[in-house]
Amino acid sequence: MTVQLSRPSVGPAPLASVEAITAGLAGVGYIASRRIATALYMAQHLQKPVLVEGMAGVGKTELAISTAALLGFPLIRLQCYEGLDESKALYEWKYGKQLLYTQILKDRMGETLAGAKTMEAAMDRLHGMGDLFFSEPFLEPRPLLKALRQDGGCVLLIDEIDKSDEAFEAFLLEMLSAFQVSVPELGVIKARTPPLVFLTSNNVRDLGDALKRRCLHLHIPLPDQHLEERIVATRVPGVEAQLNRELVAFVQSLRDLELRKVPSISETVDWARALVLLHAEALAPDVVRETLNLLLKFEQDIVAVEPKLNELLGRASEVSGGE
Amino acid sequence: MASPAQATLEEFIKALRASEVRVSPAEAIDAHRAMIEVGYADRALVKDALCITLAKTEEEVARFDACFDAFFTRDAFRGEAMRSAASSPGGAEAGGAAGSADLPLAQMLLDGDAVSLAQAMEAAAARARATDVRLNTQRNLLSRRILDEMGLRELEELIQRLRESGAPRDESLADRLAERREALFQESARFVDRQMQLYATETGRRMREKLLAEQKLTAVEPEDIRAMEILVRRMAKRLATRYARKRRRARRGILDVRKTIRRSMGYGGVPFDVVWKTETIEKPKIVAICDVSRSVAAAAQFLLLFLYSLNEVIEKLEAFAFSDRLVRVGDILDEEELDVAIVAILKRIGFRPTDYGRALADFADLHRDALDRHTTVIVLGDGRSNYANPRLDLMREIAHRSRAVIWLNPEPETYWGQGDSRMDEYKRFCHVAKVCNTLNQLERIIDEVLRTYMPR
Repeated sequence: MTVQLSRPSVGPAPLASVEAITAGLAGVGYIASRRIATALYMAQHLQKPVLVEGMAGVGKTELAISTAALLGFPLIRLQCYEGLDESKALYEWKYGKQLLYTQILKDRMGETLAGAKTMEAAMDRLHGMGDLFFSEPFLEPRPLLKALRQDGGCVLLIDEIDKSDEAFEAFLLEMLSAFQVSVPELGVIKARTPPLVFLTSNNVRDLGDALKRRCLHLHIPLPDQHLEERIVATRVPGVEAQLNRELVAFVQSLRDLELRKVPSISETVDWARALVLLHAEALAPDVVRETLNLLLKFEQDIVAVEPKLNELLGRASEVSGGE
Repeated sequence: MASPAQATLEEFIKALRASEVRVSPAEAIDAHRAMIEVGYADRALVKDALCITLAKTEEEVARFDACFDAFFTRDAFRGEAMRSAASSPGGAEAGGAAGSADLPLAQMLLDGDAVSLAQAMEAAAARARATDVRLNTQRNLLSRRILDEMGLRELEELIQRLRESGAPRDESLADRLAERREALFQESARFVDRQMQLYATETGRRMREKLLAEQKLTAVEPEDIRAMEILVRRMAKRLATRYARKRRRARRGILDVRKTIRRSMGYGGVPFDVVWKTETIEKPKIVAICDVSRSVAAAAQFLLLFLYSLNEVIEKLEAFAFSDRLVRVGDILDEEELDVAIVAILKRIGFRPTDYGRALADFADLHRDALDRHTTVIVLGDGRSNYANPRLDLMREIAHRSRAVIWLNPEPETYWGQGDSRMDEYKRFCHVAKVCNTLNQLERIIDEVLRTYMPR
């Protein structure tokens, strides 16, 4: 990695090289594959947002949280949903406060205007007060604006962008390519330090090309045996190595079956936690059967797996014993 | 400005585009910037960095990985003849003979210098514009052109000269050269194959898809069925996106001044409560009736396929299928996977002789009361009733109760009313009656149907 070391480091130290990122993320409990670490590295150095895709529960949101922890940056999160618009995402005027102030200041305004002889003069004086009620104190910043105003840098997580409307997606374009937004009353607000932006998507709908083009794209696949063991070991400290190997092998074999929803990493971790709590030392069929609902979230899937349970467990212990 | 590394990256992007990873110019620039960041030293890092900047969907990532591996593998010349050449003694000293020294190709062949040969071939390919290869039929021509660029003609002349000289030493040299020339032929063919794989797969596929979309549904070859299914699904997804967007846009309102002022009365004229105008959106209710009888057997599978896709797109879809009797198939479509659902439906009522009158009667019994002025009825069928009573009275009633009746018929219009077809009579009760025999027609018509629901 001499190539990176010889370059002057642009970003914060933990993002200086791909290896440093992998090690740093591991330090905060996130086991990243090489591609994930590379994505983070590129995001920092090209100053581009990362669009993270993958099945539910593979650690998309977790990646943003861990990155924030690694950098010591604040994490600003925007959860998307259908109908989300600028007033919820960017800024809103504090209508109530504006009204209250106008009421309180009514008399004061009367005094100011009292001296005016004509309607026109009164108008001029009103203009002179400026856009008092549309100024910073009445501005309610929402996540996007907050992120742009973090001068020390921050991690912005735009979660489940695919749930939002297409109009909102288009609205994000300016923000994502130039790290600035236009507020009609205040002008253009530009980030002094561009935030590190993560967008996550579950592929509920296809995202527009314009958005994809502005982002780096990271697809997190389900991990292989080795990586998943490391993840479980990090997330569930009490798990024995042998049990870890067996349970991961079992989950991996489940993923080969035709299921409605195959278990992803978060399910594996939950299950491992449950097994540790139950003081299971090995995968006994009874224990597995009772805890299967932690792995499989659909009744049909459980029904489909149960008859094959012994066979799967046998294979799992074979795989893990063989190593 | 353009370094060799940059030129390689350009070529790679070209290969990516050919293997259906869409790369815009802006992304290409990003790729160059990415390479400046990470350098070319670490192959895995290069791959990851490029993948992240260029591939934008899960499928594209898979295609990217394959393309990267194919592109950056330079297969060294592996021909058996080459290897034996390298080890055979006398290759070098023979090379100096009879003017072969001034012919680099002959020298390389005699030396068995695989690396130089591979490089020479790539250079020749660049001159022959190998990356422009698109069609299978260009294969031999291209292979020949590359060899010519490498100096094949001169090599052949040399062999000829050696044979004519008659000296035993020259004779054996000529034999050796001829043998390696064969190996070279094979290598160039392999090289062209790889170019084809890299640059031409996409064009061919796209051409096929275009043809398939215009292909008559009733005359689809069995080997095309999978490709067709993919097309249908893509089409349904496209319609879904377009349609959902329109509905959502209508949900947004503008300020309702009248109501806002009225409500402000309670606050002494201060517009505390702001009221927005919202348009009420009619949720479409679509009833699809699909003929799966013997006469439309060939098209039935696709009609069902489309019904299935439509079911995923439209919230309120009531689906029926019939041949002699009519049954509700919404549950099957909801619960089963595509393949299972189609087989299950066809098994249940498929391929029997049609009885439109009977089916309409069944439909009236099952669903008459649910038809109202928001309902659009789509009939997919040929209108051939086997000379049974067509029950036009029921058709009239259905048309009367619902908002629109749309009939999509796989037969050409000239056949309507011929033989046992009652289409010309049914047509009178339809708001739209159209021939629908290709996927393109199907998409266009359904798009129109969905559009009529959009609030104006």
